[in-house]
Amino acid sequence: MNASTPIHLSELELDALTELVNLGISQAAGDLAMMVRQEVVLSVPRVALVGRDEAIHVLGGAERKDLVAVHQVFEGDIIGRALLIFPEAKSLELVRAVVGGDLSFEDIIELEQEALSETGNVILNGCLGTIANELERSLKISLPEVLHGQSADLFELDPPPESGDTVMLIYIHFAVRERDIDGHIAMLLDMPSLAVLKDLLTAYIRRVAGDVQT
Amino acid sequence: MSLTILIVDDSKLARMSVVKSLKALHPDWTRLEAGNAEEALRLTQNSNPDIALLDFNMPGLDGLDLAAELRDSHPRMMIALISANRQQDVVARAEAMQASFLAKPLTEAALAVFLTKAVDAREKD
Repeated sequence: MNASTPIHLSELELDALTELVNLGISQAAGDLAMMVRQEVVLSVPRVALVGRDEAIHVLGGAERKDLVAVHQVFEGDIIGRALLIFPEAKSLELVRAVVGGDLSFEDIIELEQEALSETGNVILNGCLGTIANELERSLKISLPEVLHGQSADLFELDPPPESGDTVMLIYIHFAVRERDIDGHIAMLLDMPSLAVLKDLLTAYIRRVAGDVQT
Repeated sequence: MSLTILIVDDSKLARMSVVKSLKALHPDWTRLEAGNAEEALRLTQNSNPDIALLDFNMPGLDGLDLAAELRDSHPRMMIALISANRQQDVVARAEAMQASFLAKPLTEAALAVFLTKAVDAREKD
């Protein structure tokens, strides 16, 4: 395939991908709820495939917000990186929501890194693991790493793997202990991986819905 | 017994998957499909499905909210909430509304068990 030919997912393929992400996020919500012993509301209204520039714009906004991200690399039939991204201003809020209790500011700061990477690990692994299982493939997922920066920085991470130009952008809403936090999951895939993903989705659709036009 | 079943899921693929199982299990049943809760409520104004399968995580009203509305307007409807979210809180809220909880991804075997229970309950009415 010509590297400049963009790969499009059909409506049903995108539906299937959204459904897989939903499955993964729902399972992650259950895991998080056990971890924090509270109900966790984690919803996924939208999944979109966008170019890298658009993703940078959506995440950073016009004001070039400071962001915090939990980053994991995955390798298998599909290669790429996954990022759970929140505005930096919400980072401590997220830590408070997950850790709970009346912690001092110093304690919160100390726990920030650990709580972020643990939360990110549960959400990203839940998502990637479920997608891989349902697509009947296995993925090797790296340890979580917490990054701080503006959105353009988060999309300029050193290879390997080649991060590619297509971003699967997932808006998520996270609520626990009366705190509401909006964030995104971004999955960066290279072109061959996107082509593989499309084939795997086609096979998945055939498995769950029978022979249909995609 | 030929029944009418309502399938509500914002994912078209998820609905297709349920329809595939239903065609195998109960090909003679009447199937109604809705892509969100509002559409489901409109559909049930003029029809009276025996069974409803509701996805939990939907934009707008979620499956539990929809179950509450359907429980009010159609007290005898057999309702199942389908979700990958197995938090006790969600399961408990479903049970409080006499709705069954079915785990996603929904298998044909799990669906068959629920439908058998639903048919038995309907026959006892």
